[in-house]
Amino acid sequence: MSQIFHHSTNTLSRVSIFGGLFIVGFLVWAWAELNASTYATRAKVPADQPVPFSHEHHVGGLGIDCRYCHTSVETSSFANIPPSKTCMNCHTQIWNNAVMLEPVRDSFRTDRSIRWTRVHDLPDYVYFNHSIHVAKGVGCTTCHGQVNKMPLMWQENSLQMTWCLDCHRQPERFVRPKSEVFSVTYQPPPDQLELGRKLVAEYKIQSLTSCSTCHR
Amino acid sequence: MSKPYQYLDLAAVRAHLGSSRGRDYWRSLEELAESEGFQDMLEREFPRQAAEWTNDTAGRRHFLKVMGASMALAGLGACTRQPIETIMPYVRQPEEVIPGKPLFFATAVPVAGIATGVLVESHMGRPTKVEGNPEHPASLGATDAIAQASVLDLYDPDRSQTLTYLGDIRPWSSFLGAAREALNAQIPKGGAGLRFLTGAITSPSLADQFRTLLAKYPAAKWHCYEPAGRYAQLAAARQAFGQPVNTYYRLASADVILALDSDFLCTGPTSVRYAADFASRRSVRGNQIAMSRFYAVESTATPTGAKADHRLPVRAADVEAFAAAVASSVAASGAAGSQTATGPHAAFIAALVKDLAQHRGTSVVIPGEYQSTAVHVLAHAINAALGNVGKTVVYTDPLDPNPVDDFESLRELGQDMDAGKVEMLVIAGGNPVYNAPADFGFTQRMSKVKLRIHMGLYADETSEFCQWHIPEAHFLETWSDARAYDGTITIMQPLIQPLYFGRSVHEMLAAFGETPSQSPYDIVKGYWNRQHPGADFEDWWRKAVHDGIVPNTALPAKTVALKTGAVTPPRPVEGQGIEIVFRPDPHVFDGRFANNGWLQELPKPLTKLTWDNAALVSPATAERLKLQNEDLVDLEYRGRKVRAPIWILPGHANDSVTVHLGYGRTRAGRVGNRAGFDAYALRTSDAPWFGSGLAIRKAGSKFTLASTQMHYDMMGRQIVISGTVEEYRKDPHFVKERAEEPPKELSLYPGYKYEGYAWGMAIDQTACVGCNACVVACQAENNIAVVGKDQVQKMRAMHWLRIDTYHKGSPDNPETYFQPLPCMQCENAPCELVCPVQATSHSSEGLNDMVYNRCVGTRYCANNCPYKVRRFNFFLYSDWNTPSLKLQRNPDVSVRSRGVMEKCTYCVQRISEAKIEAEKEDRTLKDGEVQTACQGVCPTQAIVFGDINDSSSRVAKLKAEQLNYSLLAELNTRPRTTYLAALRNPNPEIEKA
Repeated sequence: MSQIFHHSTNTLSRVSIFGGLFIVGFLVWAWAELNASTYATRAKVPADQPVPFSHEHHVGGLGIDCRYCHTSVETSSFANIPPSKTCMNCHTQIWNNAVMLEPVRDSFRTDRSIRWTRVHDLPDYVYFNHSIHVAKGVGCTTCHGQVNKMPLMWQENSLQMTWCLDCHRQPERFVRPKSEVFSVTYQPPPDQLELGRKLVAEYKIQSLTSCSTCHR
Repeated sequence: MSKPYQYLDLAAVRAHLGSSRGRDYWRSLEELAESEGFQDMLEREFPRQAAEWTNDTAGRRHFLKVMGASMALAGLGACTRQPIETIMPYVRQPEEVIPGKPLFFATAVPVAGIATGVLVESHMGRPTKVEGNPEHPASLGATDAIAQASVLDLYDPDRSQTLTYLGDIRPWSSFLGAAREALNAQIPKGGAGLRFLTGAITSPSLADQFRTLLAKYPAAKWHCYEPAGRYAQLAAARQAFGQPVNTYYRLASADVILALDSDFLCTGPTSVRYAADFASRRSVRGNQIAMSRFYAVESTATPTGAKADHRLPVRAADVEAFAAAVASSVAASGAAGSQTATGPHAAFIAALVKDLAQHRGTSVVIPGEYQSTAVHVLAHAINAALGNVGKTVVYTDPLDPNPVDDFESLRELGQDMDAGKVEMLVIAGGNPVYNAPADFGFTQRMSKVKLRIHMGLYADETSEFCQWHIPEAHFLETWSDARAYDGTITIMQPLIQPLYFGRSVHEMLAAFGETPSQSPYDIVKGYWNRQHPGADFEDWWRKAVHDGIVPNTALPAKTVALKTGAVTPPRPVEGQGIEIVFRPDPHVFDGRFANNGWLQELPKPLTKLTWDNAALVSPATAERLKLQNEDLVDLEYRGRKVRAPIWILPGHANDSVTVHLGYGRTRAGRVGNRAGFDAYALRTSDAPWFGSGLAIRKAGSKFTLASTQMHYDMMGRQIVISGTVEEYRKDPHFVKERAEEPPKELSLYPGYKYEGYAWGMAIDQTACVGCNACVVACQAENNIAVVGKDQVQKMRAMHWLRIDTYHKGSPDNPETYFQPLPCMQCENAPCELVCPVQATSHSSEGLNDMVYNRCVGTRYCANNCPYKVRRFNFFLYSDWNTPSLKLQRNPDVSVRSRGVMEKCTYCVQRISEAKIEAEKEDRTLKDGEVQTACQGVCPTQAIVFGDINDSSSRVAKLKAEQLNYSLLAELNTRPRTTYLAALRNPNPEIEKA
């Protein structure tokens, strides 16, 4: 009876057994990279919107406070997307004929909502509350980035759980004085950790990492 | 497969009880009999074959193939990105609406016309949850199960959605045209051919509209028919006082209570208030012992009877003789000291009367709503003789503006229809084709009416026989008003625009009158403006609507004199043989809530049946007639026959069969159709609630019932601890001596430290009346799915909170205990240790968190839970598709998918919300600021939740009570939910006998 497998098969099998580890390792690494990539998280990718609203212009240029539009950020879990009426407060007077703003005027006329693309979209099993973060000295830009430099809105951070936990485990690395929460130009001082520890004590910030803090 | 037919050996039950030593609790007769099938069921975490697809013919090999393919696809699916979602803000945001924050609006839940004041939670215009209105006298902050479930009725996709004429869709204007034409023809006759039929109505504005309309058509008639109405109360008042009066009781000042076949704690529109007042006199805290004594005489075993210190099962027909004996003894005791009663219950009556006589002015006799007129008259007489009137018994003018005898009213309508006098019949809200007495032949007579109009929430049995059907607006969709038990009026405001273009009765009546386009808002407000003319009306209106009560509308107490000769000597019991007792179903009531999945799946008190009604019999009667649970029998009564399954109910009166109304619907909707049997088919107008002469014949086959009573058994462990007040006085530590609590250091694992809040719960078993309101409240708050009858049979009901019922003593008249069982939130939790993916873990405040998105469905946790509180989604139980049902969901709680474990969270969403509000104000939570859903709805405040680290909190104080104990403490799980032992206050004179 002749041999079924050639001698070279031995080498091949040794390589594949030994190399299998690397292949599996590579796959795990690739999966983790993909998962954290901006492709998967959509971080740093400007979202298409029916009206190309520019935070750069309105916040950076005109200096409108965050809370003029995001009215419930201090009271509710949801910061609120402004109603068309808020846009029209100014745009009945200025740029009231701009073609770009037609969807807003149309919404106001027909009483139909504008369908914005959701930029910061947490999974449905995550319950995030804006008001408590703002009340405890977490600045808008800490999570949302320099919105005053975003011509179209994008998601600055991954919004993955590991990113949330970075701060929940060590809040002192990120908190700022309450007076600076809505400032878009605030830069953390070089002694952030020292200031952070002081603020954590002063604001009674807890490091909440129980599952039910966010999941329920 | 488990054996389909398990013979219940009642002789074995008695033998077992005879041999047991003293205190022995049991849950079901099967357990007592120690039958083989029952033992087999107990051995298993889930019933045999529960994990199989019984309806799948393909078998295991095919299953593996499909699974393999779907695993591969699922793997790919996980690689997809989250879909891009849109967000749609308001165009003009209403001032008070803050997205993410619910608003609460006051309104009232009317059942059979009588209101319970509630506050309804609204998330951006969607009513999601009903809470009690603390300022409303019938609520005091609590509600019953039906009020909790009413929000599901609103979103029911089976509600009728279109106005139809002979089944074709028509616009409202076309109906108006047809109605106007018919009405114009009535004007010359003064409306002689016009009839209205409604249910019981207490709405002053609607009554005003009726009066206006009847002024225009003086010969027209307004009939009322309520299948489970208060006929006896009204008839008795006419007999005793010569006028209709409304009666209610002040149980908070009653030391001795006698219930004559009355389920006042769990049935009826006043039950929430009665339960609260009753429980306020049934509490033992330290040395403060405030215990009333409660005697119950009843035919069907009810939760009210279960709370009695002395319960006497007698046939419904014999209650009158019992009441007469009490009445004559009471009258005699006033005149010449004591007189001994005769008859089978002489000793009981003697002791009872002595107790009553010692508490003149602080005792009360409550006749059952479903008892005879004579029993009501006797109760009036006894209360008068005891000097209770004006103290514990209050008489007022009737609540109904049109107090008619329901059966007489319907009989008159039937006769008029038969005589061809009726040309136009308007049925607003009722369903007489389904629920009219069987002897009326209502349907045949109705067909003689030329124009038949039906308005209702559903296109039901009656609309099938009417040309016009108009969808009715749910009470959460329209304006109206209604009276509570004491006359207090609530102006009901809508929470949402009508979902299915429904119209209210107000609108229809207006359309028949001079103002066809008046809105319900204008009608109701206009009526109240006429009552309160003046410059301050707007303020008055806003305040009345906001508060949910119209000030000073409780009816004043009325003095009425008992007519001499009102009390007639007791009639001999008519007819021979077995008695049949009709009762409205505890959950679907007279059938109107039959399409409500929450109420259908809610295990009924005591029987724990879901999705069906049954013919309930006592163990002794079952033994005599050789009947077993689930035996199908033919019930024949006065020549009418219906086929029903048997359920043996411990504590039921002998030679008596109880059937619940409200089942056997044919056009209820997808949930209610074909559930149970129709007991109305046996019910006649001369015996609306009970009658003798029932024949029972075995049909020879079985019908499977889904009862949860045998799910999760106690295996003889000491779970309920009960005692008497006397025992407690002698030895306050008797509970601690019985419950063995191991030292804290016993655990191998280091203990947790709880530095902030530590949430805990204490449940008072003395206070719990087993009304089930908490179970539905939990379901509404936590988006708990309905699973259906076949899944309930497989022990897959999803309720996070269940009420376990335990019995003690002989099955003929056992003591009964209720034990609400949520998650114990153990400090040494067995579930947490076995989860391979950390989907359940310990929170810093002592909760056993459940993380749905981590759960992979191993079910190890459920297996390791000694309390059996974990629920697994074997299938996709939640409805992810029906749009209207999505609106009902609480947005603060995840909707679970298939393959995920879930359980009680102590309403962690409420804790979180309250904590955030407190943190923002830089303070700690006050006691009582967080209420779990079950606690908030509990009429008796049996459930108390709070921070056990705060020694001044109510829960910490309760846990410090001598009566407090942990379930299965010997396992050292250190549960955060603990129980206060159930106490009774028996009369030593009866106890001895």
